[in-house]
Amino acid sequence: MDKNAKYKIADYVINNALENGASQVAVAINDNSSRRIEIREQKIDRLQESIGNSLSVDFYVDRKFSSHSTNLLKEKELEKFIKEAIEATKYLSEDEFRYLPEEELYYKGGAEDLRTIDPDIIKIDSKTKIDLARQIENEVFGTDERIVSVTSTYMDEVSHMILADSNGFRGESDNSYTGLVAEVSVKGDTGRPSDYWVEYNIFYDKLVKTGIGKKALERTLRKLNPKKIGSGKYNLIVDNMVAATLLSPFISALFGSSLYQKNSFLDWKINTKVASDKLSFIDDPLIISGLSSRHFDNEGLKAIKRTVVEQGVLRNYFINTYYGRKLDLPPTSGSISNIIFQNGTLDQKGLLKSANKAILVTGFNGGNCNGATGDFSYGIEGFLVENGEIIHPVSEMNITGNMNDFWNTLAAVGNDPYPYSSIQTPSLLFENTDVSGM
Amino acid sequence: MYLKRREFIRLSGITMAGSVFIPPILQSCNRIPVSNDAGAYLDHFEVSPEQLHKVINTAMEKGADYADLFFEHTVTNTAALQDNKVNSAYSDIQYGVGIRVLKGEQTGFAYSEDTSQEAMLQAARTAANIADSNSPQKELKIREFQPPSFYSIITPWEEVSIKEKVPYMTSLNEKIFSGDSRVNKVNISMNDSSSYILFYNSEGLLTWDYRPMTYLAARTIMEENGRIENTSVSRSYRKGFEFLTEDLIDGLAKEAINETALLFKAGKPRAGEMEVVMGPGRSGILLHEAMGHSFEADFNRKKTSIFSDKMGQKIAADFITIVDDGTLPNDRGALNVDDEGIMSQRTVLVNNGLLTSYIHDRISAKYYNVNPTGNGRRQDFRNVPIPRMRSTYMENGPHEKEEIIESVKRGIYVDNFSNGQVNIGPGDFTFFVKFGYLIENGKLTTPIKDVNIIGNGPQALADITMVANDLQFSDGTWNCGKDGQSVPVSLGLPTVKIKKLTVGGLNA
Repeated sequence: MDKNAKYKIADYVINNALENGASQVAVAINDNSSRRIEIREQKIDRLQESIGNSLSVDFYVDRKFSSHSTNLLKEKELEKFIKEAIEATKYLSEDEFRYLPEEELYYKGGAEDLRTIDPDIIKIDSKTKIDLARQIENEVFGTDERIVSVTSTYMDEVSHMILADSNGFRGESDNSYTGLVAEVSVKGDTGRPSDYWVEYNIFYDKLVKTGIGKKALERTLRKLNPKKIGSGKYNLIVDNMVAATLLSPFISALFGSSLYQKNSFLDWKINTKVASDKLSFIDDPLIISGLSSRHFDNEGLKAIKRTVVEQGVLRNYFINTYYGRKLDLPPTSGSISNIIFQNGTLDQKGLLKSANKAILVTGFNGGNCNGATGDFSYGIEGFLVENGEIIHPVSEMNITGNMNDFWNTLAAVGNDPYPYSSIQTPSLLFENTDVSGM
Repeated sequence: MYLKRREFIRLSGITMAGSVFIPPILQSCNRIPVSNDAGAYLDHFEVSPEQLHKVINTAMEKGADYADLFFEHTVTNTAALQDNKVNSAYSDIQYGVGIRVLKGEQTGFAYSEDTSQEAMLQAARTAANIADSNSPQKELKIREFQPPSFYSIITPWEEVSIKEKVPYMTSLNEKIFSGDSRVNKVNISMNDSSSYILFYNSEGLLTWDYRPMTYLAARTIMEENGRIENTSVSRSYRKGFEFLTEDLIDGLAKEAINETALLFKAGKPRAGEMEVVMGPGRSGILLHEAMGHSFEADFNRKKTSIFSDKMGQKIAADFITIVDDGTLPNDRGALNVDDEGIMSQRTVLVNNGLLTSYIHDRISAKYYNVNPTGNGRRQDFRNVPIPRMRSTYMENGPHEKEEIIESVKRGIYVDNFSNGQVNIGPGDFTFFVKFGYLIENGKLTTPIKDVNIIGNGPQALADITMVANDLQFSDGTWNCGKDGQSVPVSLGLPTVKIKKLTVGGLNA
């Protein structure tokens, strides 16, 4: 579906809804196509193609609010859909804070292209993709008798979205990604550990296409035959690929909805020290070809680069217009874009050396964080490290603590931000964390 | 959003499964006679047996072994209460057909959101590419399978206006607020969905299902001297509007108040390995994570599960029998027929300590040369079916709950969880304890909360030394995630004792 066809549907929905009693309307229409090829034991294990459309619409009917989505986009279907959704909305209670954003907050267009799409991805033929995935598997297939399974995957997706509302906002965004993944399982004395390696890019030409199988095998073999170690307080170096797990509850605590629902351990802490001096990160939506770059958010608010934490001091929350009104706080945005850390000077090896005796955490297994109190407990796997050298793998252990204390124990930040995530965490060193083992 | 039944039918060209049908329009054109039920579902998706056959033949044209079509139309409604008012509502409609082609263990898959013949044929050609030879066209045959009814309902959600749900939500809100002066905020969400499923495969099997689902959930926030604690409680069933009763509201309100209030007294235990007693009901999360996923036959077929070389072996004590069941009436994990057209069943996974069955889909059943177990499930028509659990529970054992607690010198008792996970290969599993107690010298003492417990699946199963005779099922809103697909499940357990698990906590 092209852009004009989407705007035509959006205009139909807006006009029809206004005629049927809505006072304000916002519509998002998305189309996407994706391809996925999995190779296992030298054969195509799964070949999957998807093409889909979706429409979501918010209705404001005299300060009563409802939100709806459908993948049935024909006018005849939409007509009934709109009429009945608006009728149902009238049964709800009024909410004085429900209305579209103030116009001065909107993105007005005309900014630099953020280059978030590779339009040529869809032109790459199936054989090329299959050959790429096969080559990844061939890097390791049959090379080590301990291997029980290797799966390699090629995947890509292209999506186009428009957002329009009855205040006259119009915005478009186009995104793509392409990726290669290898997953390897090996047989050891006590179990069958597995691990993976992934390469990912917006642009097919820039995608790293080799070495992925080998890296996955290396990462898996080093996990063979783990040992549990004694409970105690340990320094933790958290690998850059998984450190976002620990930052996620911190970020959740910054959302307007969490603050309003009393589900934030960072409630009313703006301009207060909430972490060690080592923690500084920004939310930057305007990076050229950033994975989560955007000119406007899902409400149409103009995207702005903001400091979130500056040397341990909290500078900004993530507030959408609704919770901004309820909390009497200025809206920023209700969602994150690219989270970028101020890097340290050491790489992971350097951090390991500096930590003396420590656990290098390379994976989390379950666990959770109580958003209201910050109390957390997570299962971990990784390696015991002494004087910068890996001694042996560890597993079946937990770390436990409180987020408020924990982020104050951040002693060093690596120089290795993980590039394939919206939250681009470097490796992180925490001191004296409670670890439960034997 | 309220869609009146007739309008709903018109809106999407559909009819309801059940006793009364609108006379099918397309059926008169069908050359192949089908039953009224089958005809109604064909009409719902505006397809004929001849079209289905043509799509299947196209999917098989490159020499596949098997192909199937999975039509789905799901309507979901949610109403939300915040600040004492039901002041937002959400709805979602999903419609389409997934086309799957198998060649040995290989899968080709595509879907279409349009059930016109042209769109379906295009998706079928894409999925067909998994095979690379030629196949003779097959003759049209239809073998109807009328599924059993494990979730009969009284009032379908399509007949219920949001206006009728609001009083139950506000009543729950008022009961929670009036139950404890420390209650500061309550959020309630009321969700229902109705799915229409039509299935046809290259063996000529034609079947269908109508799947209702509902949950009511409340998050309660209490504040005491500046300290905040919160709990979420919920109930979920495959039921219609009859789900909402005063008893349900009373039970949920009491649970919300009691469980939140207890948290003010709770702290963290000492870290380390200890005996763990898991109370009845919600502790079924142990089976789901520690064993259930590792029994899923795709992991075993690919040799990545720690149980892949243990079929037929003794893996637990004689008094342990573990079941995965899709036939529990109105249960969240119940299925009349799975998403591959296989009738649901009660599958014994571990019988008196012996591993007797994996959890199978069609691919793995063929690989192991056994009958499928009705566990081929998918999140929706956009995804391929894979082996998934339904309702997983342990049968009663020979011990008494009191006897079990008395037998523990130093350990913990847990029965309230928020989430769990497993790493299939090593078999390490975890679950997060929202609330429990220390056990000291055979007695429950100090309350504990917010700790993760970790163990190893085969070891934990072998370490279950006592099982009580108090099996309970959890009717909470359990969702199981695997390969990016989420499906509803349920679980149950009698009180059990595990000799040793690693409990998250603090060190002196």
